[in-house]
This record gives sequence, structure tokens and C-alpha cells, in this order.
Amino acid sequence: MISDERILMAHGEGGELTRDLIQSVFVAALDNDELRALGDAAIVPAPGDRLALTTDSFVVKPAVFPGGDIGKLAVCGTVNDLAVAGAVPRYLTTGFVLEEGLELALLREVVRSMAETARQAGVTVVAGDTKVVERGAADGLYINTAGLGHVPAGRSLGPERLCPGDLLLVNGTLGDHGMAVMMAREGLPFDTPIASDCAPLNDLVETMLVAGGAYVRCLRDATRGGLATVLNEWAGDRVGLALNETALPIAPAVAAACEFLGLDPLYVANEGKLVAAVAPDAAPAVLAAMRAHPLGGEAAVVGQVTASHPGLVTLRTPYGSERVLPMLAGGQLPRIC
Amino acid sequence: MCLAIPVRIKAIDNEGMATVELSSVERKVSLVMTPEARVGDYVLVHTGFALNVLDEQEARATLALFDELEAFEAQYRAESEA
Amino acid sequence: MRYIDEFRDPATAARLVDRIKRLARGRRLRLMEFCGGHTHAIGRYGLGRLLAPEVDLLSGPGCPVCVTSATDLDYAVALAAVPDLVLATFGDMMRVPGSAGRSLMHARSEGADVRLVYSPLDALALAQQLPDRPVVLLGVGFETTAPGVAATLLQAESQTVDNLLLLSLHKTTPPAMRAILCGGDTNLDGIIGPGHVSAVTGSDAWQFVPEEYGIGVAVSGFEPLDMLQAIASLIEMAVEQRPRVENCYGRGVDAHGNAAAQTLLKRCFAPSDAEWRGLGALEESGLALITDLQHRDVRALYPLDVDRAPEPPGCRCGDVLRGVLLPTACPLFGRRCTPRDPVGPCMVSAEGSCAAYYRYAEVQDA
Repeated sequence: MISDERILMAHGEGGELTRDLIQSVFVAALDNDELRALGDAAIVPAPGDRLALTTDSFVVKPAVFPGGDIGKLAVCGTVNDLAVAGAVPRYLTTGFVLEEGLELALLREVVRSMAETARQAGVTVVAGDTKVVERGAADGLYINTAGLGHVPAGRSLGPERLCPGDLLLVNGTLGDHGMAVMMAREGLPFDTPIASDCAPLNDLVETMLVAGGAYVRCLRDATRGGLATVLNEWAGDRVGLALNETALPIAPAVAAACEFLGLDPLYVANEGKLVAAVAPDAAPAVLAAMRAHPLGGEAAVVGQVTASHPGLVTLRTPYGSERVLPMLAGGQLPRIC
Repeated sequence: MCLAIPVRIKAIDNEGMATVELSSVERKVSLVMTPEARVGDYVLVHTGFALNVLDEQEARATLALFDELEAFEAQYRAESEA
Repeated sequence: MRYIDEFRDPATAARLVDRIKRLARGRRLRLMEFCGGHTHAIGRYGLGRLLAPEVDLLSGPGCPVCVTSATDLDYAVALAAVPDLVLATFGDMMRVPGSAGRSLMHARSEGADVRLVYSPLDALALAQQLPDRPVVLLGVGFETTAPGVAATLLQAESQTVDNLLLLSLHKTTPPAMRAILCGGDTNLDGIIGPGHVSAVTGSDAWQFVPEEYGIGVAVSGFEPLDMLQAIASLIEMAVEQRPRVENCYGRGVDAHGNAAAQTLLKRCFAPSDAEWRGLGALEESGLALITDLQHRDVRALYPLDVDRAPEPPGCRCGDVLRGVLLPTACPLFGRRCTPRDPVGPCMVSAEGSCAAYYRYAEVQDA
């Protein structure tokens, strides 16, 4: 039994303490046949013909923030990467790097949250690993995941399918996650109701694909770097993207926090938002399906794919002018000027 | 330079610090440069300090200028089309 | 009245644009915006595009980050590397390169303790939390920011927080404006006056511009309607040949400024000569700590040997800052000099002219 309240180096050394940690924290919360077997590898039936595989690492600080925590984020991030590729997510693995001195209570909370989110998303965490590093070496805890899913026959999503005239849809307000985490850090003492939008989007994606079928060309989750960054990744030799500023859904508190710090919400991370490119005829049906879904209540058409300026993402201001949204060199930093 | 935004004073404590608010985002700022500020006033905030109390009358005067402009421009358009 | 949306109304903006175009018809007017915040706002709202070709908006040396000399930056980077010392800085300065491309961000990656603060008061709090370590606030900014830094130092004095130090890179704006106008090669028709600096100094601070140089100044706020109104006012002045100072930001600025803020400045700072990137050394244009506060002057306590940094070869930031060159006309712009690999400070600072042009680039007509 674990009597200590903190992670010790010994928890990572493979002996009794390690075994007890795995049982009482991980298996107890995540609780499924494959994991309970605790083999060196999980043996699972192949979920389909075309497998989708993804990996992600999570280092968010603070580990717990309004609207979520690093565990919930780990599941959502991985599930969403699979979902926007058109895959049905099935299995996750997870590796934890724990800092010596990490409070066990925090670890339990994170793992419980992970388990709860996995249940909601309909995925199973079938394998895991833990390592412990010396105090000062891991900033609390880091989580790495891999996700496995399958892509049903006939689905093909990708930016090569973008056509001028396709409409750009998002499922709700932008910038919530990044601002929630930023506001929760020390050194930026603001008081806000902003909460992360962290959520598994696989069910929403399935709803959208039922409504729009092959007319849904492409999906991306608008994580690191925000909507403007992911759209820059879609812009290429053939197509550009044009956003309409007045159509962008941004919560007033997020807009206000961005004004305070001189940040642009279009470059702020989301963890429960996707952008979809949809053929114009199918867009109304897809939008309606999104709005009927709990994670799409504020879904909106925010712009379109265009042939006018290949390679560029632009924003039409409320004043009739158009400006370019470039790829930023690094992340945004709060400014005073 | 100078990112300063207009925010409303929600509360003032005994130490010259005010809780200000913009769309539910709150922050404590210093009133050392605006000792005359009162709860309900709007102030310009820059790096945690209130710079000036916003003058509502002046603001309305500026907006009224814009309304006059509308009438003026409408008249100008009517005349140039005549 | 919330003072934001009312000043962003698109329909009123359209009317103001019409008015400006009508007033300026047949001319090409050159207006300088003297404030990085204005450069940013013009870009964000696309005002340059709306007012072309009748109005050319030039960006002046109003970006305190941009005009910080490379030598000063090198000193800050060297300071950050001093063991146990904590350097507290506003976000704007983190990525600005000194000579050899080294920034505070690089210094942090090499182990320097560099912390981001939003307010000088955060640096004071840090100094209280770390009483055994020198905590240095990197004081950058003009008259808008310096009073808050002054207030913070005075609070440190009264609370005997002895480990809070200041690296003052603060500068004042009228000397830079004079340097631009004296240069003789800018041919300006008007100046969009810095709104928040003027909240501290008062709009009367710019009287010397129409009186000595025959150019009008319209003090402007930062919302789109503010800027359009100020531009319209400048065009009227230019067309009627009646240059004067017009305060178009009446809700935030008056003629005399903020007495409390001005007093704070006098209690802590005295004018000193300062080096401005692109403009060279300007007399009495910097703010140095007064003798009574010398114990907080980090340069006195840490007189590090830092070589004078050369200007990067080919960099035309100086001409851009003086308004004689548009960023797009610099041979390095968009080629050797981009936000990702900046050569000079105008590209590195997010509000620098070149970065603003890059960030808010006009969409080319198809």
C-alpha cells in the first residue's frame, strides 16, 4: 500500500512501490480488461481495415485549470486528432513522466479525469507506462499518448480536397482554452469566468459526416496556434482562405482578456473546437447538425475557401478592409505597447 | 505605444487599489494616478495602473460630432446629386 | 457607455472615410502616426488600405521597444546571465535581438532567470517573494509607462523592498518628434499624436509642433473612429493651412495632462541623454533615476562591460523609423528580414512598422 503522499524516485524503479502505484492509481481508475492484464503489450482486435494512428504529448501548466486538467486534455487531444482525420477512435496508450515530489492527490485527480473523459469519448486506455524523474526535471507531470482508430471505408478528408467556394465552419467560440490556461497561471492575476473548452469531438464529427457525407472536405482541430495557424496549414498553391471578422464567435470575456494583454484570439489555442471545410450546398445541413449537438450550439460559418489569393489566409474587417493573417514566428506574448 | 483599455471600477479598497472589470474579466489596478476615481467610473488602464478617468461628457460630445457628420454628409450627398 | 463599441461603429467609420476622401480629393497627404499602438490599430482595422491613395500613413519612432538600442539590449541580456539575478520584463522585449541575434528569450533558454510581468507591481511582488535575490525590472516605455514604474519604486522605498532594481530604458517623446521634424526630409502634412502619452503629458505638450514647424497635430485615441476623426481633422488643417493642436481624444486627454503622473515622474526620474535606434543620441530624451534613488539603479550596481553594438548590415530601420522609407521599400523586407528571422527591431517587435506591415499586409489585388 502506498502510505506516502508524494511521488518518490522509488515509485519509478519497478518494484513494489511501482506495482502499487499502477494498481491503486491507474488500473483502479482506468479499469478495463486489457489494462488489468498488465501485459507488456495490450492485444486488441484490429478495429478495421484502415488504421489511424496518432501521438501527442501534454505538458500544460498549471496541470489543473478552469474547465479541465492535463488528464482530460490528454484524452481529448488524442481523440480529436483521430476524429478530424475521419477516424473512429478506439484505443489509447498513455505514458506518464512524474516529478519526484508530485502530490499523489493531484495524480489521482488527473487519472480519474482521464478515465472519465475516456468513458465519455468511448475509448479505452489499454496500455500505459510510468517513469519518475528527479525533482526539478519534469515540472510536475508530463503525459504522452498514442491513439489508434479506424477510418470507415469511403471516407477521405484532407486539404487536397478543398475547393474554392467551400464554406468554413467552426463549432463554437474561439480562444477559450488558451486564455483559460493563461489566466490560471501565476504572474497574470486576472479573475475571469473563462474556462477551457476541452472536449472530445468524435461524436460531433460523426454527426457532421452523417449530415454532409463526402461534401465535408476537410477537418482540423484548432489547437496550438489557434484558428489562424491551422488555416495557414491548409492554404497552398491552389487555394487561400478568407475569414469574416463579424462572423467569428468569440466570448466577451475572452475578447476582453485578449484586449487586456494585446493578444489576437485567432491565434489562441482551442481544445474543443474544429474547423470544417464544407461544400456550399451541404453547409446548411452540416451547420444544423452541429447546432443540434451539445458541442456545437454556437456553430457558425466564418469564411470560405477562395482562389483569389492562394497560400494566404485573410480576414475581412467590419470596415470593409481585408488583411492577411500570417503564420506567426512563435507564440503570442502579452504586450504593453 | 500604450495598450490601455477602458474598464469600469467595481470596488475600491483602503490601499488605493481598485477592482476593475471588462466583460467579466477582473483585475486589481492602482489608482495612484487617479485618486479622484470613484466606483462606477471608467478608467484607462495600462500595466496595472489607471491613467485617467474617462470623461463621459467628452465621450458623448465626440459621438455627437459623428451624428452631426451623418447629417452633414447626407446633405452633401443630396446637394451633389441635385 | 462602455467606451469601446461606440467608437468602433462600422457605419460611422464609412462616413468618416467618405469625408476624408472628399477633404483630401486631388491631393496626396503624408501623415505620421507617432505611436506603435496606432501602427497596430491601423493594421488591425485596415485603415491604410481604406484611405489610400489620398492619405499615406507613415510610421514614426513611437515604438519604445524598436528604438531600444542594440547596446542596451546586449546589456540587458548580459544582466540576465548574472547568477541569482532575476530579470522581470514586459512580453514585448522577450524576442528583441541584441547584436548577434541574442534576445532575452535566448538568455532564458541558457539558464537566465527571465520572468514575464504585466505590471511593474508584479516585479515588486516578485522582489518581496525573493528577498535574497536582486530583482531587476526592465523599464521600457514612454510617458505612459514610466509613471507606473515610478510609483512602484516609491512603493518599494516605503515598504523597504531593497532588492527591487530598475534598468531604465525609458524615453520621452517630444525629443524624438523634434528629431524627426528637424531632419527636414520627411515632408509631413500632419502628425497623429500619441493618445495615451498625451493622457499623461497633456495635449499642450505638442504645441511646439505647429508653432515651430507649421505642422498640425491631432491627438488620437486607438479605436477606429478615433483615428479616422483625427485623420479628418489633420486633413482639414492641412487644406486650410491652419496647423494647430487638436485634441480628438477628449474623453481621455486634456490640455494639461495628469498632474499626479507628472509628479511621480519628477520624484523618480531626471532627463538624461539617450541612444535611440535609428535616430542616434538625443539629448535629454531619456529618463534616469535621480540621485536619491541611485541605490536602485542597476547600471550603478552592475557596471557590466558591454561592447557598443554595430548596426546590422543593410538594416534600414533608421530610415523607416524616421518615416522616409516604407517597410516594403526596404531591400531586406520579406526576404532576409522576416518576423521569424528579423534583422532589425522594426521587424522583431510585434508592433514595429515592419512587423505590422508584414502582419497586416494588404491583400494584393488578384
